[in-house]
Amino acid sequence: MSGNNNGATKQNGTSGPRTIVDKIWDNHVVAQQPDTPALIFIDLHLCHEVTSPQAFSMLRERGIKVRRPDLTIATMDHSTPTTSRDLPIVDPIAATQIAQMEANCQEFGLRLYNRMSDHQGIVHVIGPEQGLTQPGMTIVCGDSHTATHGAFGALAFGIGTSQVGHVLASQCLLQTPSQAYEIRVDGQLQPGVSAKDIILAVIAKIGIGGGTGCVFEYTGSAIRALSMEERMTICNMSIEGGARAGLVAPDDMTYQYLAGREFAPKGKDWDEAVARWKQLPTDAGATYAKQLVLDASTLEPMVTFGTNPGMGMPISGSVPTPSAATDPIERSDLEKALKYMALEPGKPLAGHPIDVVFIGSCTNSRISDLRAAAAVMKGRKVNPKVRMLVVPGSQQVRKQAIAEGLDEIFRAAGAEFREAGCSMCLAMNGDQLEPGQYSVSTSNRNFEGRQGKGGRTFLASPLTAAASAIAGAVADPRNIAGKLA
Amino acid sequence: MKIDVIESKTVVIPVENIDTDQIIPARYLKTTSKEGLGDGLFFDWRYNPDGSPKPEFPLNQPAAKGAQILVVGDNFGCGSSREHAPWALTQFGIRAVISTSFADIFRGNSLKNGLLPVIVPADVHAELLKWSGIVLKIDLAAQKVFLPGGRSVDFPIDAFSKNCLLNGVDELGYMLNQEAAIAAYEAKRQGSVNTLA
Repeated sequence: MSGNNNGATKQNGTSGPRTIVDKIWDNHVVAQQPDTPALIFIDLHLCHEVTSPQAFSMLRERGIKVRRPDLTIATMDHSTPTTSRDLPIVDPIAATQIAQMEANCQEFGLRLYNRMSDHQGIVHVIGPEQGLTQPGMTIVCGDSHTATHGAFGALAFGIGTSQVGHVLASQCLLQTPSQAYEIRVDGQLQPGVSAKDIILAVIAKIGIGGGTGCVFEYTGSAIRALSMEERMTICNMSIEGGARAGLVAPDDMTYQYLAGREFAPKGKDWDEAVARWKQLPTDAGATYAKQLVLDASTLEPMVTFGTNPGMGMPISGSVPTPSAATDPIERSDLEKALKYMALEPGKPLAGHPIDVVFIGSCTNSRISDLRAAAAVMKGRKVNPKVRMLVVPGSQQVRKQAIAEGLDEIFRAAGAEFREAGCSMCLAMNGDQLEPGQYSVSTSNRNFEGRQGKGGRTFLASPLTAAASAIAGAVADPRNIAGKLA
Repeated sequence: MKIDVIESKTVVIPVENIDTDQIIPARYLKTTSKEGLGDGLFFDWRYNPDGSPKPEFPLNQPAAKGAQILVVGDNFGCGSSREHAPWALTQFGIRAVISTSFADIFRGNSLKNGLLPVIVPADVHAELLKWSGIVLKIDLAAQKVFLPGGRSVDFPIDAFSKNCLLNGVDELGYMLNQEAAIAAYEAKRQGSVNTLA
């Protein structure tokens, strides 16, 4: 499953004990010829406005139809404004891209949740929300955070635009198998520590290339104890550890979440589906190519200090000193990162002033994330020096937040409560940092300029982000009195 | 986008974990075509905020002009799946990238766009990082990189991708020829969703 590389060595289709990854793979092989990657069937394709236009152009040029329009769902999220939907789109290039998406979906007969739809939202939020994401599926999208859907025990991974075209044309992809990498997290999280902190700790440990060529399977009692939304947060950032996919075997929590959702099976079909899904978990005795074990009870809230998601540390820690690095390239990369971030080695990050707090993105924009942030914000004020944006992941999340009065809590605190979309996670819709500004962000990437040219990002959980908004500086949520999720 | 032999001087960006947001910033992704992306390549590393080029950045140095081989640190192309990254690199004139490792999605995207990701051993890589502007010959058929002194090192590539690159054919034709197998698979699938329902 690692593109067309030849780094994969695992042989699938054997009769011995299998991992969930092997099982999903075996269930989806359409054809396998010597010296050729396997042809894999794709059960669900998610499509958005940014990585699809050139794929539709290719279909048009070659006179190819979409083979299975019933297995694609489209929405608008990346370049879509999160300002009022009553207003037109100001950026003419984004407006053209969004209009093109409408035209493409109409021409090729695809269901599109457009900007005005009640179901519009970040592609990785709406799939699970609508019950489209189901255990055992292969799911792809022209977006590296597709692993989010792995929370349901699906093999879900990001693809490029050429492959978007391949899926539209054939409903298949050419793939080679990946290695299975077990990330086992046992123990109980302390108050104020959340799923986001688990995954930031994992990535800090293995580095951003640590999972290259692998699929993560998250196991252990701490993972089992997480809600479906928390599992999505973990799987979402698998790519930040280098793995194209990450998943959690389905269990009763998964089935309870799915039951009754719009596209979930109903009646007899439901019973049959659950029976199939119960076959998916990894067999006893199956082996993993790699393994990492983590004790959740030792984790603190995490925050990143550098310019990739692997440059993270416990919030009580200090910014590392480049001169302590033994590898010269590692040292110069750390120096480069700290220079960009304008941070002093050896100093704590807690207390560092910030300009913006962003609560949103496919990592942390679901209702439980908004509830966690609102619990911190309730009755408190955003520091006057800070701009705080709360961007729900979907129209459905937004509606639910309003029904619970969370929007009022955020507005009363002085935060902006926006329409649904990717927003300041990648800053291509007008929501962005100014050069030199610092943000605490619940998104997934702190790369240079990711949230706006010259902007500097500290990645953290919704609890840490909300606590930081109040403090006007990077803040430990455990120091905020009152209810913590 | 056929590749056979690439013989060119190198340009070196000695940085690890270069992500696709650096290769092509997100604001260039609002396009609906593949055109003009070469101008955005490494934009925020190539230019100052006032739009003037940063003379110290490797791609801006006179010696880099015309270089078709880019040498970079480990884990090149991590992050976003944007295929705009190999589009931007090839439009700029880069035909091969040499490193010790590539992010999975970037590697796959490159192979589909006539951009050759070349993995070399760590010791050779360390040498190549030091010498910007040396001339290398990359022979895809032989899977060898020839160093200036005449010595060569092998690099890995899967047989299918190699064949596609050598013959300038894309994968989709092969996939569409599997129609019978796809139809047979579809006939036995269970529990499909229907997004049109």
